[in-house]
Order: sequence, then structure tokens, then C-alpha cells
Amino acid sequence: MATKARKTKAAVKKLRTASEVTWRDMEVGGILTDAGSAALRRTGDWRSERPILDKEKCNKCGLCWLYCPDAAVDACEDGYYEVNLYSCKGCGICAEICPKEAITMIEEEEE
Amino acid sequence: MSKRVALEASHACCEAVRMADTDVVAAYPITPQTHVPERLAEMVADGELDAEYIPVESEHSAMSACCGASAVGARAFTTTAGVGLELMHEVVYIASSMRYPIVMVICNRALSAPLSVWCDHSDVMSVRDTGWIQVFCQNNQEAFDMTLWAFRVGEDPKVLFPVMVHFDGFTLSHVTEAMFLPEQEEVDRFLPKKRQYQFALDPDKPMTHGAFGPPDMYTESKISQEVAFRKSKELIIQGWKEFGKIFGRYYYPVEPYRAEGAKTMLLMMGSLNETAKLVVDRKREKGESVGLINLRLWRPFPFEELRQAVKDAETIVVFDRCISFGGPGGPVFSEVRSALYGMERMPKVVGFVGGLGGRDVPIKDIEYAFDRGREVAEKGSEEIFETVGVRGKVEGIREPKGVYLPAK
Repeated sequence: MATKARKTKAAVKKLRTASEVTWRDMEVGGILTDAGSAALRRTGDWRSERPILDKEKCNKCGLCWLYCPDAAVDACEDGYYEVNLYSCKGCGICAEICPKEAITMIEEEEE
Repeated sequence: MSKRVALEASHACCEAVRMADTDVVAAYPITPQTHVPERLAEMVADGELDAEYIPVESEHSAMSACCGASAVGARAFTTTAGVGLELMHEVVYIASSMRYPIVMVICNRALSAPLSVWCDHSDVMSVRDTGWIQVFCQNNQEAFDMTLWAFRVGEDPKVLFPVMVHFDGFTLSHVTEAMFLPEQEEVDRFLPKKRQYQFALDPDKPMTHGAFGPPDMYTESKISQEVAFRKSKELIIQGWKEFGKIFGRYYYPVEPYRAEGAKTMLLMMGSLNETAKLVVDRKREKGESVGLINLRLWRPFPFEELRQAVKDAETIVVFDRCISFGGPGGPVFSEVRSALYGMERMPKVVGFVGGLGGRDVPIKDIEYAFDRGREVAEKGSEEIFETVGVRGKVEGIREPKGVYLPAK
């Protein structure tokens, strides 16, 4: 099982968002010279629903972490799981697979 | 010392591929380009060329294989024509946008229907905006020279764009002419032995080629490509200068022929220029003020060179071997006219279309283009463009009468 969360939200925020990248920063041919750089980008901007985890119901089984097609679920040190919303596309597979119904999808507009 | 040989353009460009020590050839045969992959396959089989020959199942795969080869830093070559280029179309954009300096020879061919395997420039125009450096050849010597030059310019780390070398199907591809082949030592002085590429795919240094471009990144990506593509013109010219120093043959984006002080200039691309030179010679002997402009560099378009070359002319007659259905005239015509637009003393530009689907363009048709071109420049014409060599008086290349706009 996962050992630690990849990036804290604070660390992700330090990275440049798309609005800070100009045409002069583009690498030749749009090549990305650092492997795994998707983890450093906000790729979940177009999500319309987001998952909300209820720790009361969660039994730490890790199925959400296992099934997430985008590896957007991070395993935390306390054994619970956290969704990285910079990467999550809102597909809802985690909510569907959760045996304890601890994950619900809510509209992005909702608080 | 170069060697005088007799080769058809198809085989001439293969000699350049061989002398460039190309690493990968992936091509699908199609008339009139067939002799190119045939000869290259033979070279590989006979051990004359130490390359991986990939006998792909389509042109789409040919270009895809070349992209893969180029991504690992190999020197890659492919070739096609007409409808083959159409099938390849999707990947043609990918090669230039991912900045893979693939060299591709196009033996220009008409597009169906009706089915035609013969020469015109419709295939070129369908890939006009794909971001490839594109040059035209007038003869077989140039087919060799441009192919060799293409590797060097495309692979230059300051360029990194693929290059299309166009020569007319059958007219050049299947016709044997005398030409010079240089020594390998001369080629080695011109072209680095191996391609240098800092982004070559390597399992020890993982990176991503061909990433997803969301709406917040795509525009920046395309603008950076366009800026680099425009800038490549400097290196294109530099490449020709150095080619000239080593091989003694000098090439230019725009090449005037007896155009000094000419009032009427004919502008065209490809092998028809050779016929037009004869026409210009004859007309000059008769005292007519005519000249010829060979447009060699089609992309990136040489705006400033063209303006300089025609600045004293009164009329430019542009000869297109392609129709732009319902458009402003032939594609070369509309590019030339917009390039000259806004000049202080802008020459009149008259468009002609001819030589479609392999129709021969004899001397008399080029004479007619000069003469009728001057007449149209003077008196105007009902037609949006003029035609040569069509049976029956051509009428109706114009907009129907009447204007339909919302009422005020």
C-alpha cells in the first residue's frame, strides 16, 4: 500500500499554473523533459463533480486508491485517503467502488 | 571531384538519401513515386545503404514510423505522392508540430476524381499549412541537391522542422537527365555524419513526446511553433549558401531569370520553369520586356525576397497547377497577390491555371499566358482566373450576378 501522500496541497500551489506559462516557455515540439510531470500540473480544471470522503464511514480498505484511473487518490500517513483535486477529473469511480458508501460526488458549484 | 551521371529524379533523390547515410526509410509505393522506395529497398538489400527499411502498410503508417524513428534521434526519410499524401495527412501535422526533421520527397500528383496519376500541384496545396519547410525542384540535379540540403537544414537544432522536397511526377520522376553526383567526402563536409538531437527518447532519461495540449496550453504551443518556423528562413538561406560553397550550385528562395527591368514577369513553381525559360529567351530576342520568377521556397513563404524581385514589374502572371474551388484564384496566385498587397507601387497580378492532371504545358501555352496576362492586366477580365490548354471557351469562373445581404 501507499506510504505517503505525493504532494501536499501547499507544495502543488507553489508550481506554476498554466496562466503563468508563456509561449516562450514552451519546449521544442511541446516535449516534456521531466518524466511524471502531470503530477505537477492542474489537470482537473474541467471537472464538474468532485468526491467528498466521509472519514466516519471509511474503513481504510484502499479500493478508491486502487481503482482511481488517474492515480488522483493519495494514501495518507494516518491510513485514510485524500483526493488530489489538482488531478481528479471527477469520474466518480471511487464513489461507485466504495463498499462503505463513504464517498459522495457533489456538483462543483456546491460548497 | 563530382561525377557526371544520368539519373531520373526518383533515383537522384535516392542517391542523396544514400550519401546522407539515412538510418530509417519507411515508405509505401504509389505512382509516380514508386521508383523512389523501389530503389531505396534495393540499396538496403544490396548493402549500399545501411538503413532500416520498414515496408509499411500505408502512408499513414509510413509517416508514423518516421516520427518514431525521428523521436529516438534517427535520420528518417519517406516519400509519397498525390492521394498517398492525403492518407498521410493527419501525421504530416504531427511531424512538424513535434519538430521531427523528417525528409519527405513528394513526386507531385493530381488528386482524384477523376482518377489521375499524373502531375499537378493539388497534393502540395492540401499540405500547404502543415508547418513543413517546402521547396520545389526544376530538374533532376535539384532533386538530389534539395534532398541532401533538406537533411542538414531540418536537423539544425535551431530549425528542427521536417522538410518536403517537391518535384513533378513523371516530368521529373521518370525522366533521365545528366547531372552531377558529388564525392562522399564533400557530402560529409556539408552534412554531419550523425544527427544531433538533445530530446532523443532514451529509457535512461525518460521524457514525454506528444503530450496532451489542453485549451490553456495549446495556443502557446502553436505560437512558439510559428515563431520558430518563420525564423527558420534564416537557416534555410544559410544552408543554401554553404551548399553553394561546397558544391558550386547556389539556390535562393526566389530565383529571377532574365527578369532585370522586365515589365511582365511570369511566376511558377517546379519543372515548368525550364520550359518558360525558353519562352523568355525567345521573347527577349524579339525585344519583349519579359522575365521569369522561379518560386523555390514555398514555406516559409519568402515575402521580402518576392517583393524585391518584382518591385519594378508592371504585371506578374502567376501560373498555378491547382484549383482552389470557389476561392480567390490558384493558391500560388492568392499567396503572391497577398504578399504584394500594400506595396507602394504594386504590380498587377494575373492568375492562370493549367497543367492539371498531367496535361502538357507546351511553349505556346506559356507564350499565351504572357500575352493574355498582359491583356488582362490592361483591360481586366470577367473571369476570376484565366486558363490555358482547356478545350472550349472558358466562361463562368466568376460569381453569379446579384448580392444577398441582410436588409439594413
